[in-house]
Amino acid sequence: MSTYDNSMALTGQPPVALSRNQKLATLIGMFGLAIILLASFNVNFPNKAIWLSIALSSISFGTIWFSWDAYMHKHPGIKNDGVWFKSISSQGFWGWIAGIALTGFYIILYFFPEYLGLAAKGNNTGVIALFDPLSRALSGNPASQWFVYGTLYTVAILAFGIKFLWKYRHNRYERIRTFSVMFFQTAFAFIIPELMARLNGSSVLNGGSLPYYDLKNMWPLNYYNFEGYRIKGFLSSGDIGFAMLIFGIATIFIISPILTYRFGKRWYCSWVCGCGGLAETVGDPFRQLSDKTVKAWKIERWVVHSVVVFVTLMTTAVIYSYLGNDTSKYWLTKSTFLIGVAILLTLVFTGVMIFKRDEFKKDAKYGAIGYFVIIMALIGFHFFSGDGNVFLFKSETLRKSYSFLIGSIFSGVIGTGFYPVLGNRVWCRFGCPMAAILGFQQRLFSRFRITTNGGQCISCGNCSTYCEMGIDVRAYAQKGENIVRSSCVGCGICSAVCPRGVLKLENGPLKGRIDSNQVLLGNDVDLMKLVNQK
Amino acid sequence: MENIVIIGNGIAGVSAARHIRKLSDKRIIIISAETDYFFSRTALMYVYMGHMKFDHIQPYENWFWEKNRIELVRGYVTQVDTDNKQLLVDGSRAFHYDKLILATGSKPNKFGWPGQDLHGVQGLYSKQDLDLLEVNAPNKEVCKRAVIVGGGLIGIELAEMLRSRDIPVTFLVRENSFWNGVLPDGESQMINEHITEHHIDLRLGTNLNEIIADNHGRVKAVRIEETNEVLECDLVGLTAGVTPNVEFLRSSKIEIGRGIKVNRFLETNIADVYAIGDCAEQHEPIGNRRPIEAVWYTGRMMGETVAQTICDNRTEYKPGHWFNSAKFLDIEYQTYGWVFGKKGKQDYEEQFHWRHPSHKVCVTISFHKETGLFLGINTFGIRMRHELFDRWLTEERTADYVIEHLADANFDPEFYKQYKKEIVAQYNSDFGKSITTKKKSSKRIFQFN
Repeated sequence: MSTYDNSMALTGQPPVALSRNQKLATLIGMFGLAIILLASFNVNFPNKAIWLSIALSSISFGTIWFSWDAYMHKHPGIKNDGVWFKSISSQGFWGWIAGIALTGFYIILYFFPEYLGLAAKGNNTGVIALFDPLSRALSGNPASQWFVYGTLYTVAILAFGIKFLWKYRHNRYERIRTFSVMFFQTAFAFIIPELMARLNGSSVLNGGSLPYYDLKNMWPLNYYNFEGYRIKGFLSSGDIGFAMLIFGIATIFIISPILTYRFGKRWYCSWVCGCGGLAETVGDPFRQLSDKTVKAWKIERWVVHSVVVFVTLMTTAVIYSYLGNDTSKYWLTKSTFLIGVAILLTLVFTGVMIFKRDEFKKDAKYGAIGYFVIIMALIGFHFFSGDGNVFLFKSETLRKSYSFLIGSIFSGVIGTGFYPVLGNRVWCRFGCPMAAILGFQQRLFSRFRITTNGGQCISCGNCSTYCEMGIDVRAYAQKGENIVRSSCVGCGICSAVCPRGVLKLENGPLKGRIDSNQVLLGNDVDLMKLVNQK
Repeated sequence: MENIVIIGNGIAGVSAARHIRKLSDKRIIIISAETDYFFSRTALMYVYMGHMKFDHIQPYENWFWEKNRIELVRGYVTQVDTDNKQLLVDGSRAFHYDKLILATGSKPNKFGWPGQDLHGVQGLYSKQDLDLLEVNAPNKEVCKRAVIVGGGLIGIELAEMLRSRDIPVTFLVRENSFWNGVLPDGESQMINEHITEHHIDLRLGTNLNEIIADNHGRVKAVRIEETNEVLECDLVGLTAGVTPNVEFLRSSKIEIGRGIKVNRFLETNIADVYAIGDCAEQHEPIGNRRPIEAVWYTGRMMGETVAQTICDNRTEYKPGHWFNSAKFLDIEYQTYGWVFGKKGKQDYEEQFHWRHPSHKVCVTISFHKETGLFLGINTFGIRMRHELFDRWLTEERTADYVIEHLADANFDPEFYKQYKKEIVAQYNSDFGKSITTKKKSSKRIFQFN
């Protein structure tokens, strides 16, 4: 609807052309990318350690220089000028090109790593070989496609993290949060697991070997954490392995509920999580593209909760498949486990339905009841029909389809590849079962809320537009209602872009956390009382 | 079924419509000549700056109106016949009403400057003004320089907008310091500095003499009154305030002053005709307020109030404690209660002013000279909690109390640096007191005892 570009030129024009420094920075960045691209076309670079260093530092340096030039000569403050005029950030031509390129990259990464030079036997070639020296330096092993991906992912979060820090340098919440995601990505997702691989086979682990484990990555985001081979790895690796297994379970049932109660799910989604880290840094220029319609919200609720059900069924089936039947060998048998799952789900379901039923919309109630009945029926069906496949399908089929559909297609190809088309939190919003579970806790059992400041809202729409999770923040703010939404990741941008200081993320008492006002503060006190009575 | 017709789909008219719908089943028709759907007027600037598309500044999705049975009519009301309770839209279509709510807003002031109607001279108020600005000043090649006349909130917004496209701006302000009719000197001075920092050519104490045309009836330059200097420019922004948009009512029987005259129940001199928002003029000002209040929040409150009256609960317009907010380029401003600039300062009013030595952050607290009663606060670069100040004003707290509990009132994002220590230290030294601040308490903020 903007009438800005009235010319009939097919190319359009950016409101501000690139400066000379930005052009040079782009050149340097592209040079780094070109090295990696050449390597993936099997150009064999002689001294790989040096060329890899050159490539990675040019990419980082180019990005950082570009951002320096974009932000550091301006006053600290909100920097959204021209966002909707640039084709890259407004679903225009360059947006689609970027989307297609990223999607292509993910398809090759997940399904055709051999094109990147991954060798089943013998030495790696191509771009993967280029990363061998770094991988050997860290873990002692040659690189895999995942190592290449992990390195690029970390470099991207660091370089674009610096960009984000400069863009929001007036906002201390954003700065600290960004330091946090940069730290967790570099240390926990990248360096620690690689170094841990060096322990494999050593006496510390009783000669066992640990599975690759990013400690902050918990089930169900880390949907494979309890697969048979990993459990074997943990259990064969002495006290350390056992401690890690216990930690993996504790993160789900103890640590994350406590932290979510105190701070909301933001402690994870926008402070720690790797997917969130990428979305908040690299994905920041695309946050305004998320769909804010009520329809999109409806789809979101059904899709994301269906993924939770899927991952629960899949994990139950997988664990079930490798457990034994003999109680004398190990206390946890197939049937004890299934009964345990059934009891846990029943407790959660009935607890919520008794104490929190008023906070559910009608479709949420139907959905919850429907899914609960289906899961229970499947478990019951299994018990009465004797041994076989626990949820009608083989556990391996469930695992494979989940890994393909959700683990690869949804979280990678769509989740990140579509940043420039659907916004930077597509995966977190529509697909991530972890976000859904934490969101469930945040909505019902948490001190976190975004407080609306009395009657100060002018309905301008900056908050809704820049909400990456597609929450129509304004709809609440203009009613004087606090924002308590399960999908809110607490990135704090709504509060940052608000021109009138209306929104504040805070943790406070549960009482009065949600209240919508018919008539807002600033009015006649009698009228407010009269109308706001509930 | 009663027929409620509302003229104007701004915040006042739409608030009235929404609340009437909540309270009743009456038929509601909103007539607007400006746009098909309600949008946030205060957000127009962000569309020009590329922060949002026009769709984004519409607070409700388009299905909202039909779902809530609010009928929208696009057209210009040319005649109001109160004897027959009938309106003419665009001179032909007739609408009958049982109750009529006038919420027609404002239009930019023009003070009879020579050349004020040339091409390239415009105000910034409506969607049409925004579209016109895209024609007059799409980029710095078409618009090599812009001159803005009038140093108020719209003037500084327009300057920020044009600067976002790198268009050089000269800003003519009649007063000798920006907006000092409203702001105390220290604050006004800080904003002067901030405007200059943003490479805006700020001319204080400067008046427009005439706007000079080229051969095609377009603006070519302006002449400055004081210096006779001629400034070449391609756009003149007239932002010297607004006046109620009531010309179309002059031929009707409705009493018009500067705006539509209303009593405290927002009723005009004609039965079943009400006026709300920018276009309404109170017979007597309410408290320290002006008789015409062209502010988003008061428009909303009047809409909420008149809805009660229409739905058989005749309600007086009794706005609570004054509050407002704005943003001057990068600096957010909030105000609660009354803090006056030099011009309006009351005899009993004493002011405490604190400004950060290097950042653009400052606070002014107003209190009663004798009793120490807290009267109001202005903050720049610090956000404050509306609810708390509203409560403190009602409870008639002292300035000392406010200073002591500043931490409770802070509404800045988490981890922001708070300046309460510096503020209190200066307050103590200015007034010879020894107040220590209390730590933030959720109990006090959310009132749990």
